[in-house]
Amino acid sequence: MGRALAVFLWVMTGLSVWMFLSGRWWFPRAISEHGPAYDQQFLLTIIVVGVAFAAAQIALGYAVWRFADTGQATRAVYSHGNNRMEILWTIITAAIFITLALLGQRVWWGLHMTEAPPGSAQVHVVAQQFQWNFHYPGPDHVFGRTRPEKISDETINYIGLDSDDPASKDDTVTQTLVTKADAPVQLILNSRDVTHSFWVPQLRFKQDAVPGLDVKVHFTPKVVGQYEIACAELCGQQHYKMRAYMLVLPADEYDELVAMSQADFNKRVTELVKKYPLNTNF
Amino acid sequence: MAEPEVTAEEHGGGHGAHHAPTGFVRKYIFSIDHKVIGIQYLLLALFSVVLGMIMSVLMRMKMTWPDHAWPLLGTLFPEGAPGGVMTPEFYLSLVTMHGTMMVFFVLTTAPQGGFGNYFLPIQIGADDMAFPVLNMLSFWTTLLGLMVLVSAIFASGGSVIGPTGGWTGYPPLSAVGHLLNVPGQGMGVNLWIISIAIFCIASLLGALNFIVTLLNLRTKGMSLMRMPLTCWAWFTTAVLALLSFPVLLAAGVLLFLDHNAGTSFFVPGGLSNGTTVLDHSGGSPILWQHLFWFFGHPEVYIAILPGMGATSHILSTFARKPIFGYRAMVFAMFAIGLLGFFVWGHHMFISGMSPLTGAAFSVLTLSIGVPSAIKTFNWLGTLWGARIRFHTPMLFALGFVSLFVAGGITGLVLGQSSLDLSMHDTYFVLGHFHLVMGVAAIFGMFAGTYFWFPKMFGRKMNETLGKIHFWPTFIGVYSIFIPMHLMGLVGMPRRYSQFYEVLGGKLTWIYNFNSPTYPLIQFVTWAAIITVSAQSLFIINFFWSMFKGEKASDNPWEATTLEWITATPPPHDNFGGRVPVVYRGAYEFGVPGAPEDYVMQTTPDETGPNVAYAGEADVQGRGSSNVHDAHG
Repeated sequence: MGRALAVFLWVMTGLSVWMFLSGRWWFPRAISEHGPAYDQQFLLTIIVVGVAFAAAQIALGYAVWRFADTGQATRAVYSHGNNRMEILWTIITAAIFITLALLGQRVWWGLHMTEAPPGSAQVHVVAQQFQWNFHYPGPDHVFGRTRPEKISDETINYIGLDSDDPASKDDTVTQTLVTKADAPVQLILNSRDVTHSFWVPQLRFKQDAVPGLDVKVHFTPKVVGQYEIACAELCGQQHYKMRAYMLVLPADEYDELVAMSQADFNKRVTELVKKYPLNTNF
Repeated sequence: MAEPEVTAEEHGGGHGAHHAPTGFVRKYIFSIDHKVIGIQYLLLALFSVVLGMIMSVLMRMKMTWPDHAWPLLGTLFPEGAPGGVMTPEFYLSLVTMHGTMMVFFVLTTAPQGGFGNYFLPIQIGADDMAFPVLNMLSFWTTLLGLMVLVSAIFASGGSVIGPTGGWTGYPPLSAVGHLLNVPGQGMGVNLWIISIAIFCIASLLGALNFIVTLLNLRTKGMSLMRMPLTCWAWFTTAVLALLSFPVLLAAGVLLFLDHNAGTSFFVPGGLSNGTTVLDHSGGSPILWQHLFWFFGHPEVYIAILPGMGATSHILSTFARKPIFGYRAMVFAMFAIGLLGFFVWGHHMFISGMSPLTGAAFSVLTLSIGVPSAIKTFNWLGTLWGARIRFHTPMLFALGFVSLFVAGGITGLVLGQSSLDLSMHDTYFVLGHFHLVMGVAAIFGMFAGTYFWFPKMFGRKMNETLGKIHFWPTFIGVYSIFIPMHLMGLVGMPRRYSQFYEVLGGKLTWIYNFNSPTYPLIQFVTWAAIITVSAQSLFIINFFWSMFKGEKASDNPWEATTLEWITATPPPHDNFGGRVPVVYRGAYEFGVPGAPEDYVMQTTPDETGPNVAYAGEADVQGRGSSNVHDAHG
């Protein structure tokens, strides 16, 4: 039985490692500025994890193979432990784990502990059951006021844009997030009902949209194209298809778009969605 | 402490055995005997785990064959599965009920309320818990909590079988979901909160009892450092429960008020359902997350620590070798318990809380890997140079070690706030916590059941059937949960009722980025169905052996601790009027010069070999037991 268990542990370890190495199931290609650093940190971590996992399983397999009771005359080794070894492996694991934790801070601090670079484009993201709304300030660069009392799904005012505010006249609310390639964008996330979570795998970025809170985050998309936005926080029965799309546009097309008024903006987005089709080949 | 003394006088203490109740009701139903209560807890957990497993299979069926009609389901749930096709809200109610059932009524009850109740008093040489009536009350309170939860299956509205907000119950969804027309978020939420609140009270009663019992009722010679590691685990777990459940209880009361009384502890102002603005204002959804996870993270250790204890106990017994680094094991357990209170924020990296807080929680979280690694090293150390007997309990204990490593190690990924930017709320998390707090803990329970069953029922479980049960279970859980990590890398979010639609034989992905996972989804579902089916072997073995199993001797495993010196099953007062006296530590196996390869804790020194035992060294203040290290 010990040998069977040993063989299983080794085979299972091999198969698990193979699944990670095969490349069939991996992140989609990163498209954000912090993406490569993220991937690097993940790779480093998963190598440490993989080595520790494999070493422990192989050792466990070895022990059950080697130390089975086969009716030997001698008894098991009578030992209550070894303090030097305890100290040694405590220090080694602590050093490795804390180093990982500190290295792991880099992407986090770069993204979250720094202000959005000056001149970042701003988009208000207002999540609702079960869609994403993206609010652009229009040519005046000033966001019109929003008020919850003005929210009306019937009149397609999903975020409660207050038409009494002159700054709201040229604002656009769309269900597609449009960003500029190689330029930082600041999202100001909010929700009008329950907690949602903005999630784009290619961005290596996820952030909850919390009602009552303006969560400000920023990142820099790099690769022109169209990407899927998913909701990653349980928000109700249609959670599984609370889908939107993100367009990353070349600078000229982006600048042209955001200078447009609402009707032209939405028409142009429809065209751009066709121009930069979704990559369905994963 | 007046009560324990009275108990001690009544229950023997050398003054003769006290009498067991004779009526059926006092003996088996409203029993104050910790052994009966322990079995009651185990049966309660068995009932819950069956329900929870059925729910998990239904979830897999929904996501794998999302548009398939199952006529039986259509008959059972005409609204939840109209025409036999499960609705998304039905799926979410399965998610919620599966999580709640498993976390509270399986992982918290069986290892602690079940095995802890039965064996903690015996292993420390006591004749019962310190507060037997309180013990009975804590079981019946737990049962009441379970009944309320089960009632939520029927009272949540026809289209669901419970609330749909997940076991974490994040507001505003769980507080005002009914005002946003989310199915299941009306009466279902109320019953769910009430059930958890009742459970909190029951756990508090249990935790108090465990702590007092362990500190006050240890028999002569049973110093703390001679206790079996199981007792340390149950003690640490009780301390965690005592400090964490009150927080959940308070949070639950506040959520209940938000849901019913119009308060706004967790609900901010300005919420809209698309036509009107809700009346609530001023609360914080993130406050709930802090309170919930302040409980929720220690809860993970409440689930796993008793499994660690049982595994250590069983590994040593079947390795025929003393536990390696007993003290280190005790300190590691305490370190895990203590650090467990300072890492809850790693569930909230993406929540919108201060990123600086996230950075701090990240470092603390990876620190908790250190005591976990220490335990693993010591288990391997225990096996090194052993004479392993591969009985079923040992197989499951070895499985525990393997699974604990496999599940725990990916905490190094999820504990980094940076990496959570992608990993949070994906299937990677699902794979991680199911392996470590789900199946590893369950393996601890299986090991405990096969190990202690002979003592509890006087008959052994069938060994062949036990081994046949082990293999598909062990292979199965790896087949289910390792692929989930890969799904997480691809980006699959949790709690999605489906990932593709199958209409007219054509498969359409809702999110294209999930498309590489198709073979994994199929594979995991079949693995789950097979693994769950294999559990019938355990249930058959459990009940069949209770009546027809091979009769067990008092110490069938040649183990050293006090439960094995008494009759099988133990008499009402555990030791038949005698008071056991303990002379040494719990794991004296392979002792050179001793007549057998094990020395009972109660064997007096003069009959034992002429060596200083670990426990003796402790008592005489000679410092670490490691002075007798054979490795030099």
